[in-house]
Parts: sequence; structure tokens; C-alpha cells
Amino acid sequence: MSDVLLEAEGLHTFYGSSHILHGIDFHISRGETVGLMGRNGMGKTTLIRSMLGHVRPRHGRVAVRGKTMTAARPYLIARKGIAYVPEGRGIFPNLSVRENLIMGAKPGVDGRRDWTYQRVLDTFPRLGERLNNGGNQLSGGEQQMLTIGRALMTNPDLLILDEATEGLAPLIAKEIWYIIRQIRATGIATIVIDKNHAAVTSISDRNVILVKGKVAHEASSAELRANPDLLHKHLGVS
Amino acid sequence: MDFSTFLIQLLNALQYGLLLFLVASGLTLVFGIMGIINLAHGSFYMMGAYMAFALTALSGNLLVAILVGIALSVLIGFLLEWALFSRLYKRDHLDQVLLTYGLILIFEELRSLLVGDDVHGVPIPELLSASIQLSETLSYPVYRLFMSAVCILLAIVMYWLIRHTRLGMMIRAGSSNREMVQALGINIDLIYRIVFGLGVTLAAFAGMLAAPVSSVYPGMGNQVLIICFVVVVIGGVGSVWGALVAALLIGLADTFGKVIAPDYAGLAVYVLMAAVLLWRPEGIFRRI
Repeated sequence: MSDVLLEAEGLHTFYGSSHILHGIDFHISRGETVGLMGRNGMGKTTLIRSMLGHVRPRHGRVAVRGKTMTAARPYLIARKGIAYVPEGRGIFPNLSVRENLIMGAKPGVDGRRDWTYQRVLDTFPRLGERLNNGGNQLSGGEQQMLTIGRALMTNPDLLILDEATEGLAPLIAKEIWYIIRQIRATGIATIVIDKNHAAVTSISDRNVILVKGKVAHEASSAELRANPDLLHKHLGVS
Repeated sequence: MDFSTFLIQLLNALQYGLLLFLVASGLTLVFGIMGIINLAHGSFYMMGAYMAFALTALSGNLLVAILVGIALSVLIGFLLEWALFSRLYKRDHLDQVLLTYGLILIFEELRSLLVGDDVHGVPIPELLSASIQLSETLSYPVYRLFMSAVCILLAIVMYWLIRHTRLGMMIRAGSSNREMVQALGINIDLIYRIVFGLGVTLAAFAGMLAAPVSSVYPGMGNQVLIICFVVVVIGGVGSVWGALVAALLIGLADTFGKVIAPDYAGLAVYVLMAAVLLWRPEGIFRRI
């Protein structure tokens, strides 16, 4: 079996008549951490949604674990061990914290049950104190923990985090980064999209920079740290 | 009104309200979770009543008729969802109303072709045909008590299903974020099919249960449909618990309205609706 978990080849995606992705190649392998960077509107979230089946690409191919699954139904792709923490979190406000967690719980692709309800509560003790609260009664940080915990309950091999620290107070964001590191250390591959580039490169192995729907640059984290000009050029930050 | 009369009216109100709940709960779920306005929902009630009539005539036993009828209803529900309703989720309300209104006409025509336009009765099973004597002149039929008991049992089962099972969590989650449910590896299309099938079956079952007391006649679904939309609006779209409370309120308003002010009885339900909406424009309960 191939070690590549998720792969895109020549992906073109449109929203109506706007051409968002212009032939993107992307891949992530088992255990890898990839930073996906780019300014707003460059196609990061669209790339993720195209690979996960939420948006149908017009051209190109998506493969999951080596098997072509272009525009497959999202639940089938998710069942291949891919968990998604979307921008804006997507918690179910009308379910309690406990229900949010156990609703989608399942063993991993190879039958593993590394992440149990108890382990998720141990990782996020704050959630344990609020099990019977509705999802909409949580603070932003708690909601983010809930979304990550809920994703882990599906025992994924790949976790995709889209703006997981957006809008959080610095201390809470720090806590989330700490948790992401812990998850990474367990061997789960991660795709991290975040505006805090220093934090991303501190955990990522490899980084893909998107500019106007194309891969403008691909670099190891060491390379990006050594050449701050690259970030400045493509992302407009120093 | 003496106590026996009051008791009889109260039991009638409960029985009517509970039956309405069975029909309306499916309507509110399909509306609240899939966003579909299903005008043909009353047709499933009629379908159930006619199935009870036809199958009882064939088998000679209402219970057998109901069991076969339930199986047929599940099948019809799944088929309709697969063939027609699954195409409506992304359409606007006008398309939904057009298709489901068309379905009413088709179902009525089919009924006319298959069974004719006569009014029929369905015999009450012998086991349940007795009456309980309340006073020297007043008695209450056992079958109506049986109907209420079955409805209460089903309401409890539904509450348990929606509140305490994984399937129920998925159904509730599906009403708030369809995409995220799929991202967790759950086949939302299957969940929708189950909910729709459940709604059809509950409405048809209500029709079967009511057939022996209400008789079976053309257009019987349309009357129920209108009052069920009132239940959905009063209870809050998507709320099964709200549908139960609203259906019982309507049962009481309608039954006692007829006793207290017979000339204005038809108004009672709508006065109740107006009053509730003034108090709570989104209905009594908001969430599923």
C-alpha cells in the first residue's frame, strides 16, 4: 500500500464562473505534517474542500490512499481515515458536548481505537466539565477543542485543521498549538492552515504556498525559516 | 357538564391530539431536518387508512392489515424519497410545493382508480370492541383507549430514538450542519431516507389506527394535512416535542371548543395558533 494518504493532481475548481484552483498538485503522506499557506482567497480552503468531496473539481484527480476518489461522496472519503476541522469549527449547536463527541465515533481504518471518549476527555479536561452543555454554550476555545476532539473520535490517520486558532485569545491559541503538537506526536498526519506562520513552520515538515490558485512554492520548514523573503514575497508578511 | 361527560371529552381530546401528533411528527421532522414542505404528507395518512380498509377486507384481521401496511409504508417511503424527494433538498420551496401538490392529485386519482370514491368503514377488532361503562348512560369505547395508549407508546419510543440514540444524534446534527455530518463519515443521504421513511410510516400508521373510528373516505388526507401544519407551526418547525405539546393543545381546543361554543368550534384551533404565534413567533419549541 502506498504511503500517500491524500493526493491531488492538476485540480481545477470553479465557484460558478470564478476559477479558484488552477491546476494544483498536492500530496501528504502518513505521519507527515504539511503547512498550507497563502493569503485569504488564494484557494486553501477550496483545495481542502475539493479533495474531501465537498466541492466537485472540474478537472483533475483526487486519490485517497492511492485509490482515485475524485468528487466521491464526502462521507466515503472521511471513512478512509480523514478528519476535517473546518474553518468556523462546525460544531452542532443543538447537541450537547458529549453528543458532539460520541456521535461520529468510530474505529480507524485498520480497526484501531486509540482515541476513546475517555482519552479525548483526558486531552481536553475543559470539555469534561461541560459535557451536558449545548455546543453553542461554549467559548471559542472550547468549541475548537470540541471540534478537534470530535475529529479524533473518528480515529483518523490524517487530520486537516483549517484556521484552528483563528479568533482565539493568545493563551488559548497557545493551548491549541500544544494539543496539535501532541496529536502530531502520536503519528497522525496533519495539514495545518493558519495565519500564524511561525507556529506552522515550527511543527510542519513541509509547506505549500498557494498564490491565486496555484502552488507558488513548496519548501521545507527549515528553508522557509532561512529565507524569510519567501514568506514576504508570497504572503506579504515578514 | 357533569364529570362523566367531561372525562369523555377529555379522553377524546387526548386521543385526537395524540393521533395528530403521529401524523405531524413526521411532517415536522422532514420540514425541520431536510427543509422540505411536504404537502403530500396528508396523503400518507389517507394511504394508511385505505390500506387498513383493503388489507382488513383481504385478511379479515386489522392487526394483520396494520403489520402488512407498516411494511408497505416503509417501502413506499424509501421509494418516494429515492425517486422524488431526494431531488428536492436543494430546490426552493416553490418547487417542493409544486411537486408535492402534484403528488396529492396523483395519490387521490390512484385511490379513485384502485378503490373507488365510496366511503368505507373498517370493523373494530373483536378483542377491542367493548366499551367501558362510565355512568348509567355514558360509556367509552376500549378501542379509543387502545389508540391513545399506542400513540403514547410511540411518542416515548420517538423521544428515546431522537434523544438517546446515535441515530437520533445524527438526525439532530443533520438539521444544523449537513456538511459536517458527512465530514465525520456519516452517510447523510441514508439518514434523510430513514427520517423520510419514518415520517411516511408514522402518518400511514395513524391512518390505519384511525380507520375504524373515522371511516375511510376520499380527501381525508387533506383535512389532516392542514391541521398538521398548524401543529408544526405552533410546536416550532422541527421540534418533535413541540409537535406533541401542540397536537395535545389542538386536541383540547378543538374538542372543548365544540362542546362550549359549537357554532364557533372551527375557529378554536386557529385562535389558538394566532395566540401562540403572538406570544412566540417561532413556535413553542425552537430546536429539535
